[in-house]
Order: sequence, then structure tokens, then C-alpha cells
Amino acid sequence: MRYSGLRVIGEGLFGNKGWRPAWRDPEPKAEYDAVIIGGGGHGLSTAYYLAKNHGLSNIAVLEKGYLGGGNVGRNTTIVRANYFLPGNQEFYSHSLKLWEGLEAELNYNVMHSQRGLINLFHSDGQRDAFARRGNAMINQGDDAILLDREGVRKHLPYLDFDNIRFPIYGGLLHPRGGTARHDAVAWGYARGADRRGVDLIQNCEVTGIDIQNGRVTGVQTTRGAIRAKKVGILVAGRSGQVAAMAGMRLPIESHVLQAFVTEGLKPVIDHVISFGMGHFYISQSDKGGLVFGGDIDFYASYAARGNLPMVEHVMEAGMTLMPMIGKAKVLRSWGGIMDMTPDGSPIIDKTPVEGLFIDCGWNYGGFKAVPASGWCMAHLMATGESHEVARRFRLDRFATGHLLDEEGTGSQHNLH
Amino acid sequence: MRIPCPICGARDRREFYYYGAEDYLDRPGEGADPSAWDDYLHNRANPAGVTRDLWYHDAGCAAWLVVERDTVTHEVLGAELVAGRRAKR
Repeated sequence: MRYSGLRVIGEGLFGNKGWRPAWRDPEPKAEYDAVIIGGGGHGLSTAYYLAKNHGLSNIAVLEKGYLGGGNVGRNTTIVRANYFLPGNQEFYSHSLKLWEGLEAELNYNVMHSQRGLINLFHSDGQRDAFARRGNAMINQGDDAILLDREGVRKHLPYLDFDNIRFPIYGGLLHPRGGTARHDAVAWGYARGADRRGVDLIQNCEVTGIDIQNGRVTGVQTTRGAIRAKKVGILVAGRSGQVAAMAGMRLPIESHVLQAFVTEGLKPVIDHVISFGMGHFYISQSDKGGLVFGGDIDFYASYAARGNLPMVEHVMEAGMTLMPMIGKAKVLRSWGGIMDMTPDGSPIIDKTPVEGLFIDCGWNYGGFKAVPASGWCMAHLMATGESHEVARRFRLDRFATGHLLDEEGTGSQHNLH
Repeated sequence: MRIPCPICGARDRREFYYYGAEDYLDRPGEGADPSAWDDYLHNRANPAGVTRDLWYHDAGCAAWLVVERDTVTHEVLGAELVAGRRAKR
């Protein structure tokens, strides 16, 4: 069923009785050409692009819960391409271009809103670093505008510009940055994959990975064994547990990242604003809630909820930046489980097991990567070669020293 | 989250600096294979459940602790001094 404005009107006239489920609910088959473990954003987009770009349709996505119930449903929905390092730059640039065509591609409203992202700076040194980053973004083919203090004031008149510790000197505006509807991305890819023949199998937890003579032969699940010559692991938040089924230890430590939403308000914040010195960022959802967050709690955790010190820190940072939000009431908060790698960059690579591939380590940046991650993982699984924009996301880069440390804080688990 | 420092008693998490998994205490010996160093520095079991990790009592007695806790519930099960752990070996 193709969605369109005309169909909405037509269905409205006849009692909305013609809508059908957006995807099938198939029984798992005994064998597939490829199995994707994990029905989140990355797993679903990988399945979609395997079918679309590489002509594979005998594929299953195995999800232990429901589609999109993990981190793709638990993030702050920011989409941007403002990276500095070669290796990250071309990847996120590719992802943003895919986002820009995603709604037409999927025939699904993912509510992609390029409202502009502003990263604030507070010193001469930081201005230089942001100018350099902006130039790198422009060289990559993306957009960046360096705003001075008055330039920022024109966009964001409600900030506290004269804060004693962090006076605002200006900001780097990334006009094509913005937000998207988190669930819709997962649902759009799910529907697209299903329409191309991919079996989306929910409530199906993988309990083992079958390996014979160094080759993957299939998986064991709570709904029986499934044979496959190619298996992809895309289970951010549980990567270590699933990789352990194949005898691997990953360069990943899981941390909790909290986020917060206020009650719905009239439109007050038009952009995505990031206040790096306070580890604070904020945007306003289309429903009106202020969506904001800070840094990780900084200890290994799978709790999907955080502790109070970080709650306090985020609220303080928000009040420092824009005292007006003090009157808004926080409605809810939650924690996502982040695959933190030592250098803060992801992994899309083969594993030592033939036919077994892994896409993990998204730290706190996995949402915007969903389209390109699926695109590149599908390329890797179909051709056996890394896609050119993801060729530095190697599993062995910590051993070889080819790190991608975007923050420049060092390659250590507790630093990112 | 409160951490029971063996020297200072139960203290707020904010007094402590988190370093990482207990694996950091098992440093490879001189002449170890580079892959042993890679494993030591980067690769982790990363358990969902009981873990043992290193915390430094930054705003307290400045002792390094091994804290045993549950990563799924945030329950803290106990803490011992790194110095004490070494003495036992």
C-alpha cells in the first residue's frame, strides 16, 4: 500500500477501514541467505539496503523484542554531518544525504526537519577550532557558517550571553543539521524491507551462533535454529553479549546516557543547540516538548536509567545557558545503553569468523548514522569489502593504532 | 549510587572517579605479545550483571578501589582496596 495525501483523504471519507498492517508477521524459515541480528534502526536499514542495493531478498531480521524498541526508540533524534576527521566526515556526509532523500525513498514520513544546528563557543581558542571544523565540513561538501556573538543573538536571543564562566563568543551553524522522528525511521525501513521480501521476525532472541571450521553456519534462537551463510550483528547496547556467542571480546564498554523531555510548550526553540562546555544540548520536538541531554554517567551500565548527579548536572547546564527553561516542567527522563569504544568511533567490519559481520560501537551518535550504517553494512555483507565511506571503521584499529578519536581525548574506555 | 569505601565508609558516587574494568590490574608482563596489550587496553567482557571495576576515591581518602556491582540494577555489592587485593596475591 502506497501512502499519499490522497489516500489519507480517501480513507478518511470511508471510515479508515482500508489501512493494512505496514509489515507481515512471518514464521521464521529454516534457512536464509543472510540473517540480521537486531531489529533496530541499523539492522532494519541494513536489511533494506541488502534487498534494494544488492538484490538479496531471502533475508531475515531477528529481533528479541519488538521492532525499534531499543536505542532507535530512546534517543534525542539529532541528525547532523559536522565531523572533522577523515573517516568520520565522509561517512556522516553520506548519511545526511541519505536522510535528505529518505522520505521519498521509503514513502514514509520520518519528519526529517533541517532546522539548523548551532554549536556554541566561548573563547578565542574555541572559535579557531570551530572555524577549522567549519572549513573541514565545507571541504567535505557540507555546509557550515561561523556566527559571531551578534549572529548567534539573531538566531537565539534567549540565551544568557554574559554568563561569567562561559560568555558566548559565537557559534558554528550547520544549516542542514536538524532532527527526525526516531520511531518513524525504524518503521519506515521496516516497511520498506518487508515490501522487498525481507522477513521481520519479532520476539525471536538469538541464543547462539553456529560456527563450523571458522565459518558461520547459522544461529540458534528462541524460535528454533536458522541456517545462514552470512550473519550480521547489529545489536548496539548488547554487542558484547552477542559477540561472546561467537567467542569474541569487543573493544566496547556499555555506558548509560540520559535524556529528558519537558511538558509540551509553544514553539520557543527553533534550532538544535549544543553547549559543549556544559555538556548540554537541546531541541524542541514537533509536539512541543523540550528534548535535552548531557554527557554519559561515566560508569559501565546496562540499567537504561541513570543516577541523580548527572540529572543535576544537566539541569544546571540548561539553566546556565537559557534561564528561561527553568519554568518548564520535566515530564520524563530515560537512559539509553551506549556501546562506548575507546576512541569514540564506531565499528563496521568483518569478524575473525568467516561470514560473520559486526556493526557496533556507535557511542552516543548512532541515530544520525542509521541510513549510512545500513548502506555500508549491506555493502560489506554483500560484497565482502568495506564501503569506501566506512573503510576506517575497522575492528582492529585499536591494535594497529589507526584510531578515529574525534574528541581528541585519548583512546581509553572512560574518556569518551 | 553510594560506594562503600573500606576506609571512609559509604560515600556518594560523586566523590569517586571511575576508571574502568578490573582488567586494568592484570597488566601484561614485559615482552608480552602486542595482542596481549591490545586485549589488556581495549577488549572487555563488558558484562550485563555483576562486574568488578576500578574507582578512585578522588574527594576522599585517595585510595584505588575494586568495586563489585551490578550493571543492570546499579546495586553496589561491595568494595575492596586495590592495595589489599595485591597483598592477597
